[in-house]
Amino acid sequence: METDEAKITGAKYQLAEKPEGLEGTGYFATTLAKAVGLARKNSIWPLPFATSCCGIEFMATMGAHYDLARFGSERLSFSPRQADLLMVMGTIAKKMGPVLRQVYEQMAEPRWVLSMGACASSGGIFDTYSVLQGIDRIIPVDVYIPGCPPRPEQVIDGILFIQELVGNESLRRRNSPEYKALLTSYGIE
Amino acid sequence: MVLNKMNGEIRDRIVKDIHTHFSTAILKEEMNYDFLTLTLQKEHVIPVIRWLYDHEELRFRFLTTMCGLHYPDQEEELGLMYQLHSLENNYRIRLKTFFTTAQAEVATLTGIFSAANWMEREAYDFFGVRFKGHPDLRRILNVDDMIIHPLRKEYPLEDQTRADKDDSMFGR
Amino acid sequence: MPDQISSKQADDLILSKGQEGKEYLTLNLGPTHPATHGVFQNIIKLDGEIIVEAEPTIGYIHRAFEKLAERRPYYQIATITDRMNYCSSPINNIGWHTTVEKLIRAEIPKRVDYMRVIIMELARISDHIICNSVIGVDTGALTGFVYMFQKREFLYEIYEEICGARLTTNIGRIGGFERDFSDKVWKKIEQFVTEFPDVLEEFGGLLQRNRIFMDRTINCGPITAERALNYGFTGPNLRAAGVDYDVRVMNPYCSYQDFDFAIPIGTQGDTYDRFMVRQQEMRESISIIKQAMSRMPDGPFHAELPEYYLPDKEKVYNSMEALIYHFKIVMGETPMPVGEVYHCVEGGNGELGYYLISDGGRQPYRLHFRRPCFIFYQAFPEMVRGNMLSDAIITMSSMNVIAGELDA
Repeated sequence: METDEAKITGAKYQLAEKPEGLEGTGYFATTLAKAVGLARKNSIWPLPFATSCCGIEFMATMGAHYDLARFGSERLSFSPRQADLLMVMGTIAKKMGPVLRQVYEQMAEPRWVLSMGACASSGGIFDTYSVLQGIDRIIPVDVYIPGCPPRPEQVIDGILFIQELVGNESLRRRNSPEYKALLTSYGIE
Repeated sequence: MVLNKMNGEIRDRIVKDIHTHFSTAILKEEMNYDFLTLTLQKEHVIPVIRWLYDHEELRFRFLTTMCGLHYPDQEEELGLMYQLHSLENNYRIRLKTFFTTAQAEVATLTGIFSAANWMEREAYDFFGVRFKGHPDLRRILNVDDMIIHPLRKEYPLEDQTRADKDDSMFGR
Repeated sequence: MPDQISSKQADDLILSKGQEGKEYLTLNLGPTHPATHGVFQNIIKLDGEIIVEAEPTIGYIHRAFEKLAERRPYYQIATITDRMNYCSSPINNIGWHTTVEKLIRAEIPKRVDYMRVIIMELARISDHIICNSVIGVDTGALTGFVYMFQKREFLYEIYEEICGARLTTNIGRIGGFERDFSDKVWKKIEQFVTEFPDVLEEFGGLLQRNRIFMDRTINCGPITAERALNYGFTGPNLRAAGVDYDVRVMNPYCSYQDFDFAIPIGTQGDTYDRFMVRQQEMRESISIIKQAMSRMPDGPFHAELPEYYLPDKEKVYNSMEALIYHFKIVMGETPMPVGEVYHCVEGGNGELGYYLISDGGRQPYRLHFRRPCFIFYQAFPEMVRGNMLSDAIITMSSMNVIAGELDA
């Protein structure tokens, strides 16, 4: 889909891919979920919950070299209330667990969680008395990125997976009994 | 890679002077690589450090580090290690003291070195050594409601709540 | 996070004489505050915008390194040290390797020393880049951050060329390196030392004599030399206060005595001095790297320590001797001397010490890390007392407190 702007400036890039739908002269019809998904997935506001080493690698991802802005996620939301995506990067100690949970609870629906690195996903090499063995023990996780720490390319790959999830999510998912059961299993109201 | 400019003559003098000032303070004297290590009686540790600090010539005025030790096989199983540095002369010295778990109470070093504050809290957190006169003796790294002192040898390293590991494979 | 305060604490909050009806504001900063670059919590008591008292809480990423080290064989502990100060992990790795080498009284070839010096100085630069560019970000100048991170990315490429990892490098082994530097590594280091000084000058030009930056940082979070020593400061933070203590000069390790470099020092111990000391140290590091490259001796890239140095995989598969040694090292059957040793290196933040007690077993009996961040961060309340709230943030970033090193 070549936009009008692209025609004027001669740029070769596409803004976003058009969802499936009916198209004719002067109209384009698609489902609401797809239209909303399209908008959501290309403007994710991540909340970087960076605790340790992976946070430095995330800084590299945000930097000029890898440039996460290409995927519409350069606007970091440090307040959980405006964030769509919780990116947990680094070891979560047991002392930090309640804080992480509180941050998750403060986020508004719909919310997604990305667990970056071995420590956040499973405790990693730190199978010790003080480290939480994976954040999925306290909050539900959508995408895991392996690696200690993952390369920036992997982080971008993870963000693309999240975009996939966001773009294809049904509008009713967050009201479904399955989702409510999931939250209840974590004890989140 | 010698960290210590202290020669044999000065070493002997320090030991002799401590003997004269604190008669029976030194229980053991040894050389560990480039370090003079003195094992002291518990109640003499702080006075000896004060003496080393105030000494006109030696001037041990920098606390490099300090940590707890645990030897469960010994009768006096808990211990503390202090390491001092004289920046002017580049001398370093290590002091140790041992005591039983029941008597794990040592005078605080915070009166001399502000740096000792968190180090002592760490030793308390990890080994359960209490410091008399410490301004704020609380756990520092672990959660406040933890009941064990995790670096003692009898406590396991691994997280005990983990169910996905086969114990026979991991030797736990 | 304490939600409620006791009545005694509430009484304390009320100001004394003539100030009835006024109270201090208690503000909880952290542990997930965006401006603190890590997990530090401070409960700050404010009088207007002036800090009356700050109380740091740490331990939010306590990972039990010291306990973990008691369960890991010597060659695996390098992976733990990686995650301590993750902005300059090569220094931690090499510090650990040299500690073990000291324990086993190994003779290390000159070439290994020089290669180590090059890597450690590159790591120091990468550490200081983070710190200084973050000071820029916290004072509102994001541009420098982008310039400097471009170069930092290049440093990662060099590490990657040497050992295959970007951040948690695990560079080297006990006794030397796993392989010699390839030609590409030399070319990249060459390119770095020629290109980086220009970027550094450009970055410095943005901030060093910038009126706004100077007004913001001079006299912000100062500490006197005497207090700094009493608090056990080391590294750039101590040097900014005016004490020229540098482990590289005082107790040279890895042949640092062969190189000619200056120790930059400040006078006030404030944020500006810490910034300037780090800027100058990066220049000195470049000079050390150049010297090491021009005088690089020939020789093997590892010491002859078959009982401790993990042999090349190629040899393990093809020679009986190497296979036996590989097996012995991995199974922990090599004899380790009994004894205790302390060794320290000049890390990105100061004296990074390793106190190791060996009982002759496969793992250390006790390993204590002297982590510079842990020791100097306790001076933070004293340094920010009487300053503005926003100064607390740049004081913290200029001290370069790394959460991984702080909490062990």
